[in-house]
Amino acid sequence: MPENKSDVLQGTLDLMVLKTLESMGAMHGYGIARRIEQVSANGLSLNQGTIYPALLRLEQRGWVKAEWGISETGRRAKFYSLTRSGRKQIAQETENWERTAATMARFLAPSN
Amino acid sequence: MTTAMTWIRVLLGRCVALLRIKKLDADLDEELRAHIDMATEENRRRGMNEQEARTTALRAFGGVTQIKERYRTERGLPWISTTMQDIRFSARILVRNPGFTSIAILTLALGIGGNTAIFSVVNGVLLNPLPFPHSEQLVALHESKPNFPRGSISYPNFLDWQRENHSFSSIAIARGYPFILTGRGDAEQVNSEFISADFFSVLGLYPLMGRTFTPAEEQSGAAPAALISEGLWRRKFNGAANVLGQAITLDGRNYAIVGVIPARFHLRFSNFSEQDVYVPIRQWGNSSLMRRSAGLAIHGIARLKPGVTLQQAKADMDEVTRNLAAAYPDANQGTGASIVPLKEQMVGDVRPFLLVLLGAVGFVLLIACVNVASLLLARSAARGREFAVRIALGASRTRVIRQLLTESLLLGLTASAISLFPAVWGTHAALKLLPAALPRAEEIGLDFRVLAFTMAVTLLTSTLFGLAPALRSSQANPQLAIKEGGRGLSGTRHRALDTFVVVEMAVALVLLTGAGLMIRSLVELWSVDPGFNPHNVLTFGMSSPPSIGDASSDKIRATFRALDDRLASTPGVTAVSPVWGALPMAGDDERLFWLDSQPKPASDHDMNWALDYIVGPDYLRVMQIPLKRGRFITRQDDERSPLVAVVDDVFAHKYFPGQDPIGKRIRMSDSGNAIEIVGLVPHVKQWSLDLDDTQSLRAELYLPCMQMPENLLSGMHTGSEMVVRYEGSLDAVSDALRSTSRQISAEQVICGYQTMDSVISDSIASRRLAMILLGAFAVLALVLACIGIYGVMACVVSQRTQEIGIRMALGAQRKDVLLLVLRHGARLAFLGIVFGTASAVVLTRLMASLLFRVSPTDPAVLAGVSVILSLVAIAACMQPARRAASIDTMQALRSE
Repeated sequence: MPENKSDVLQGTLDLMVLKTLESMGAMHGYGIARRIEQVSANGLSLNQGTIYPALLRLEQRGWVKAEWGISETGRRAKFYSLTRSGRKQIAQETENWERTAATMARFLAPSN
Repeated sequence: MTTAMTWIRVLLGRCVALLRIKKLDADLDEELRAHIDMATEENRRRGMNEQEARTTALRAFGGVTQIKERYRTERGLPWISTTMQDIRFSARILVRNPGFTSIAILTLALGIGGNTAIFSVVNGVLLNPLPFPHSEQLVALHESKPNFPRGSISYPNFLDWQRENHSFSSIAIARGYPFILTGRGDAEQVNSEFISADFFSVLGLYPLMGRTFTPAEEQSGAAPAALISEGLWRRKFNGAANVLGQAITLDGRNYAIVGVIPARFHLRFSNFSEQDVYVPIRQWGNSSLMRRSAGLAIHGIARLKPGVTLQQAKADMDEVTRNLAAAYPDANQGTGASIVPLKEQMVGDVRPFLLVLLGAVGFVLLIACVNVASLLLARSAARGREFAVRIALGASRTRVIRQLLTESLLLGLTASAISLFPAVWGTHAALKLLPAALPRAEEIGLDFRVLAFTMAVTLLTSTLFGLAPALRSSQANPQLAIKEGGRGLSGTRHRALDTFVVVEMAVALVLLTGAGLMIRSLVELWSVDPGFNPHNVLTFGMSSPPSIGDASSDKIRATFRALDDRLASTPGVTAVSPVWGALPMAGDDERLFWLDSQPKPASDHDMNWALDYIVGPDYLRVMQIPLKRGRFITRQDDERSPLVAVVDDVFAHKYFPGQDPIGKRIRMSDSGNAIEIVGLVPHVKQWSLDLDDTQSLRAELYLPCMQMPENLLSGMHTGSEMVVRYEGSLDAVSDALRSTSRQISAEQVICGYQTMDSVISDSIASRRLAMILLGAFAVLALVLACIGIYGVMACVVSQRTQEIGIRMALGAQRKDVLLLVLRHGARLAFLGIVFGTASAVVLTRLMASLLFRVSPTDPAVLAGVSVILSLVAIAACMQPARRAASIDTMQALRSE
């Protein structure tokens, strides 16, 4: 595995999934995993399988819902989409993340 | 959405997931398969070959199994899943060892169920027999007189006690009376109680409908009022709602019904028992009611004021009775009030009995626990290797312990559930066995507190002993355990098991000894000569038609003579006699007299007392009492001939020591008439088989009915108690007597058939109860011990299979193997008997007061139970021994 890939921070995977579903609409697990890989330009060290526990977590919280459908290749697959409270949650999670990122940025900024 | 709500949602989701594990797992499998397939397909489109495409897809996915595990953890409640897994596994293990499982469960179920049943009954009968509010405040009241610590209260004294005491919130009296009920179907005798107005309010019992009596209804001249039982209401009034205010005709007089007493009312003390009719005591036509010195078998109850102790009440009543004695010295000198807690009055002093029973309960429970403990221990030895393997394979010690805990709990809980059957069945069976003469609570049911307690104790035991071996095996070096595993029991375990068996045998022996002693006591008691022959003697009450109520004495005498003749000529009856006074073990009656050779004493207080049997000429033939000297009463001893009496040994010895009583004269206190003693008979046990010798009043006097003074004769117009000696079947005689009675008069009633045999057996009812209960405990203990020995021996044999195989390979015969196992069992039985006998000798002392003419260390009983126990032990070893003897050498050696 290339050295320059970074591990996925705890909790960030959830936001990535939510954000993906927001921009792409209903998607199956493989699609979500591929999309995350593409967006991160393969810069993440992510086992595709780990998104399934994440999806389950989001489903249990009521932020995404899942239903069986037919994939673009004609295969039965489970499709996930955002719920109304999931959409609200994105705003909240985004704000949380930006706050964290800003804090980190302040630490990392060259001291003057 | 708030965080809390989110969490509830997550939890709910997980719980739901638990219930649909299979479906969800299948879904997940399909979802993941779809993922891999799609990835493989995409890779192939990029130009990889099939194999490469799939490998790359799997690598990108990460470990499928790990993901699934993480997913499952996220999905369900892990601890519940593990627990369910434990339960499933435990159940499998238990089912795979049906022998062990059924024995353990049977033992526990019998232990819990049997104990609960017996204790529920004991609680209902002995500990808690009074179903009234604040029953601890209830006391029984008697008037203590020189000869009667618990004598009858005279009505005038009662009224004064009621007015002058400061200790009771209310007091009341009662006195039984057989009314003849007419006007509603066939005439019948209804047993009734004359009561004072407060009787039911003392108890705190409210009528089903209507009200109890008002004080005005207890006044003389008040309009007749009556309370009837729920049973009579349903039987005679069809449960009509408008029964209140209707009339009920008793002894030809109309009483207005004011209330209905519920059927659940149940109370027995002194002569009182719940009856069909209750009437204010002033309605009693007895002219002696208002006489202060009269002894009319009236007894009382009272309720202590809150906070007043028995001692304070006694002191208070002492003062009241002292004042009364000073005011009415003639009647009241030497009298006082006797106050006894009602519970004690009903069940007697039960402490020694309870102690013995508690001991028995504890012992049986101990046996059950030891049984299960030994079984678990025996089995844990066999499973030593299993634990070692599991630990070696990476199971954590806590996980192994948890698994064992689950197993023990599963065992205990199953047994607890099954124990409900013996508990319920046992309670019913015990209630059926219970002598009817004993007091009991209204509704004895299964006592759930007892059930909970016994369940808790056994669960604790099974858990502890299930765990102890696990702790040990889990500490052991797995490698060592695997190497030696299954190769028999270690020395310490062997010893522990043997000890358990010995303890069981010893405890069972103690219980068997207790039961054996009770049985011997009862046998002794039965062999006591009551002084008469109770077999084939029937006693019953015979009411006279209300029409003879106002008849002259001559008419009454003529009626009774005719009645005697008619009854005597009834088929099956060989002899008949009226009983107007006492009847052995059934009812007592006393008479005051003085010796003709001495001056008349100044007051009743200085008179002599004797039990009086006022009977007919055939009384000795009915009771088969031999005549010692002189003659008995004859038909010629009637109202016109000189007054005569017959006395017993005790009377003769007490009042005419060293003289011939025949020809001596005594004078009766009521009439002052001189009576000549014409015969002497042996003493008859009046009080009971066991206690008669210790009573102070034992002198017995037989008087002829036909020579009774007018006032007593007129009192007999309502009817009389009769005794007959019969031959043939009891049913035939009862029917014949009934038809005789109907022929004489349609208004005449026969009631209360009782054989003298049952009268005597009732008199030793409480000893019989002790025997039945101890016997039940002992049988239970024996069964449990038997199961225990069998279980342990079977375990030992199965673990020594290899050893036995080697012995047989080296030339041991089947007989030798059989003996080897039997000898082992016999050695344990012997040790158990030795320790048991030693404990029994110490412990049975506690039950000395329950025994009768049997020493607590009776050698015959000890020897007998030792033999029984040895036989049972050997029988229990027989099957395992046979199995050991039938072991196939080659198979035994190869099995390891």
